[in-house]
Amino acid sequence: MIGAGHAGLAVSHFLSQRSIDHIVVERGEVANTWRTERWDSLRLLTPNWQSRLPGLEYDGDDPDGYMTMPEVIGFIDSYAKATTAPLRTHTTVKSLRPNHDGYEVVTDDGTWSAPTVVLATGGFNLADIPAIADDVPGSLETVTPLQYRAPERLPDGGVLVVGASATGIQIAEEVHASGRPVTLSVGEHVRLPRVYRGKDIMWWLDRTGVLDERWDEVDDLVRARNIPSPQLVGTPERRTLDLNALTDQGVRLVGRVAGIVDGKAQLSGSLRNLCNLADLKMDRLLGTIDDWVTENGMEGEVDAPHRFIPTRVEESPPISLDLADGAISTVIWATGFRPDYSWLHARVLDRKGRLRHDAGVVTGAPGLYRIGLTMLRRRKSSFIHGAEDDARDLIDHLAAYVGVGAPV
Amino acid sequence: MTTTDTPVNNGVNVQALLDARNALVDAPEAAQFTWKASTEWKGGTHSHSVVEEFFGLGDDQAHRTTFTFDADHPEVFASEDHGATPVEFVLVGLASCLTAGVAAVAQNRGIQLNSVTATIEGDMDILGILGGDPEVRNGFNHIKVKYDIDADASQEDIEALVAQSQKRSAVFDVITNPTNVTVEVN
Repeated sequence: MIGAGHAGLAVSHFLSQRSIDHIVVERGEVANTWRTERWDSLRLLTPNWQSRLPGLEYDGDDPDGYMTMPEVIGFIDSYAKATTAPLRTHTTVKSLRPNHDGYEVVTDDGTWSAPTVVLATGGFNLADIPAIADDVPGSLETVTPLQYRAPERLPDGGVLVVGASATGIQIAEEVHASGRPVTLSVGEHVRLPRVYRGKDIMWWLDRTGVLDERWDEVDDLVRARNIPSPQLVGTPERRTLDLNALTDQGVRLVGRVAGIVDGKAQLSGSLRNLCNLADLKMDRLLGTIDDWVTENGMEGEVDAPHRFIPTRVEESPPISLDLADGAISTVIWATGFRPDYSWLHARVLDRKGRLRHDAGVVTGAPGLYRIGLTMLRRRKSSFIHGAEDDARDLIDHLAAYVGVGAPV
Repeated sequence: MTTTDTPVNNGVNVQALLDARNALVDAPEAAQFTWKASTEWKGGTHSHSVVEEFFGLGDDQAHRTTFTFDADHPEVFASEDHGATPVEFVLVGLASCLTAGVAAVAQNRGIQLNSVTATIEGDMDILGILGGDPEVRNGFNHIKVKYDIDADASQEDIEALVAQSQKRSAVFDVITNPTNVTVEVN
């Protein structure tokens, strides 16, 4: 097992249940990424009742709230202690390569040989920044969400936030509120209300079965695995943070940054269509929810159906933005994340550096498994509570591979 | 989405396109296409263009027949108007690309189209091309496309067709995003 985040610990739970001898190697502390690579104000996008791991349910007094990062760390820490996972923290994997027994795992604290290895190293290790970032004028500060902590640490002046998914919209809001005027570059995005008909949107996605949709059931797996994170924020007020809310606060929406030439960002003219697409897709989801309420005779239990105001877009949004005139002093690349496989020395990556796998079973590498990627096996795969079903399935596969029977 | 008794037929072989996508993901070099045209000056602002061959799937390809296009400028530009204005070709390219996309997406979503009409307008300040105002660009300020679609589907589903078509359109991308252009003289 490589990685002692929630997914790695969930896998360890099922390995222990089957009495499969294993060890969990972690480069830092348990829940390391949650400790070191998240900004200060971040809360989970999923409500507390949904924070569950195999054998552990949320038992606090605020099931509808959203955990802060210290709360997430405490939650995963308590899980690690309760499951007595065989942990080796502060042990960094330097390389993994096939050997005669299976795999050789070289760490800065010894080398192991194992017939099977499960990679639970997270899906968000590196900021996925487009090549055009190299063309940003050198006078500007550039920041990734992994580096970003709080607006006060940014220089004064305007900020261009590139990307309007969960990360981009949350950072845009707090940076703008700090007195640094934000321009938000909007590409393809997923719009969702925080609360619909009186219930958290995650409640609806859970209850209607959307989150349980499997990789072999969706009609376009490539799209499902690359879908941007939804525009959501976890706040005590259960606020909806969409592009209209940001416009109301004074954030300026512009098109996707398509290129940077001579200090000017070229902005795509597709802003209106991308907003329209997101509105239509949200409405389709809300229609699905409404149908589900009707079919299940739940009208009396939830609020009346309604629709949200379409995303407001300027008649002619700007198609270029001067990055060199001093108005903007920082660019934040909220353009997504990708896993780091630089230590993985096996022929398991495709031409774009992505792991080739069939729902977590790594292709062409018997005994190698992956957990914790978007839509690995289900829509919920990237959420904390999604680890349980994926881990159970993968350990079923792993146990059959190593010839261990069902749990006793 | 509407369920009909007869199978939806918009004349688009979606299965072939989906099969091609799956095949090309595994053989990305075959997905590299080069589109070609050749243009000959006829006199004045009149030119004659031929579209015949292209490259793709790892080999030279040809259209079933040679297509020709005459481009010129209208008489208000003191030209002889032997053909559509080049910028009108751009509008035709966008509208026909989006319309092909509407049909393909409709087929994929099981929506029967009965009629589809697009009208397209591109606003331009010609002081740009005339060099009369350095702050005015040569190209369009704004392009507007309007669709009238009769289909066996809800208004919402029809709007989603048009939105998805823009998302997958080559010409929409060409127009809304910058492209490096190299022009050389032999």
